[in-house]
Amino acid sequence: MTAYWTCFWAILSREILRFFHQRSRLLSALVRPLLWLVVFAAGFRSALGVSIMPPYESYILYQEYIVPGLCAMIVLFNSMQTSLSMVYDREMGSMKILLMSPIPKSFLLFSKLVAAACLSLLQVVIFLILANIVDVEIPWWGFLYAIPSVFLSAFFLGALGLILSNFIKQLENFAGVMNFVIFPMFFMSSALYPLWKIQESSLLLYWICQYNPFSYCVEMIRFSLYGQFNLNASLVVIGCVLITGIIAVVTFTPKK
Amino acid sequence: MSIKISDVSFKFRGKLALNNVSLSLSPGFNVLLGPNGAGKSTLLSLLTAQRPLQSGTLTYGTHDINQHQRAIMAQIGVVFQQTTLDLDLSVKQNLTYFGALHGLTAKRVLDNLSPVLESLALLDRLDDKIRALNEGHRRRVEIARCMIHQPQYLLLDEATVGLDVDSRKLIIEHIRALAKTSSLTILWTTHLMDEVQEDDALFIMNQGEIVTRGQCGQLLNHYKQENVFDLYRYLTHPEGLI
Repeated sequence: MTAYWTCFWAILSREILRFFHQRSRLLSALVRPLLWLVVFAAGFRSALGVSIMPPYESYILYQEYIVPGLCAMIVLFNSMQTSLSMVYDREMGSMKILLMSPIPKSFLLFSKLVAAACLSLLQVVIFLILANIVDVEIPWWGFLYAIPSVFLSAFFLGALGLILSNFIKQLENFAGVMNFVIFPMFFMSSALYPLWKIQESSLLLYWICQYNPFSYCVEMIRFSLYGQFNLNASLVVIGCVLITGIIAVVTFTPKK
Repeated sequence: MSIKISDVSFKFRGKLALNNVSLSLSPGFNVLLGPNGAGKSTLLSLLTAQRPLQSGTLTYGTHDINQHQRAIMAQIGVVFQQTTLDLDLSVKQNLTYFGALHGLTAKRVLDNLSPVLESLALLDRLDDKIRALNEGHRRRVEIARCMIHQPQYLLLDEATVGLDVDSRKLIIEHIRALAKTSSLTILWTTHLMDEVQEDDALFIMNQGEIVTRGQCGQLLNHYKQENVFDLYRYLTHPEGLI
């Protein structure tokens, strides 16, 4: 058991060290949602009204509405980026070293996903602090409730990234993942607009958003940020974690 | 403890990379010599379970690689042809990371390695980032790293290619000394003929096949060749194409 713990801790510390060595990654991870919050949301504030809907108990500003979606966006980008760094590890050869470990492959991948989840959580906390500074009111204890939601979402999205990394031969193909996976997942979800508003404009888009598992990550985080529990969203995300986790471990290929 | 490779064939992208390869590697220094593209690295990738076996069997001691992969991994030290160090981490961080993947604490890693680090002249470079090291020093770190978990088997894939004379000499002398003073089974793959000595167990590989095997000196006598280069040319280019 000590061997497993030592291994887990080493993978976690390595990912954290690498993250802090890449300062531009931290910066871009924070600038991206802040631009959405400060520029995009401010512009749409007067154009979009959000009626009272759970978990909100009164009318809220649009900035407040999109904060959970932006938290989920941070998790989405970070999880994908960490998992796709597997492609880099494969190219640079460090994947070979990871797989020379006598510790089971499933545990190594699990440790990688936990590391990615910790980094996502750290970025979400920093983002929430910055959001409070720019006068977006989220309960201060909200992030404590959001920890499990962020972790679960990060696990699901990280495992999805691992599956994708099996099909990507070169790091340059990350742009393709941005265009065909990350952006559609983000835009076709409840991150930026409530689903009832989308339903008003396009029924097809509404159904796509309804079936997009990322919408459930957003809603799970949204409810937890206000100390509430969304059972439906949580069950869907847990189901996605199990399915993508199993597929990621089974299909994982060390070499291309 | 020996390594036995029996009737191993491997197809890669429709091309036969290994054709019915059989080898038995005994404790000591074993050299696998062959030109680029002969199949040496493919064989190494099968020996390290980086690729799955398609046919044949591969055993370390009494352990079959398909059935006891994890137990085997705990006993193998590998230096791959491609550098596999994390450039942004220091020498010490790279070593302790690898040790941790084998369940070893940082203290135990440094305790296990201190004589190796000393003989490879790395003790004063522990805090240097890998990015700041030259190729020779990076290779030394990888050689040290493969000894962290005190393996029974060492597999080194073209470990000295691209290095300067001093680094090559230091590394190969270090590995040869290990072969003499321990019970390690060492497989040294190379295409550099000056790395082969007369008393080495030599396997020559060409186009995915083992073309000859035996003690180097005996092979030279058998094929009536004066040196390893002539032997290699005789066996891999029988038509005299080079």
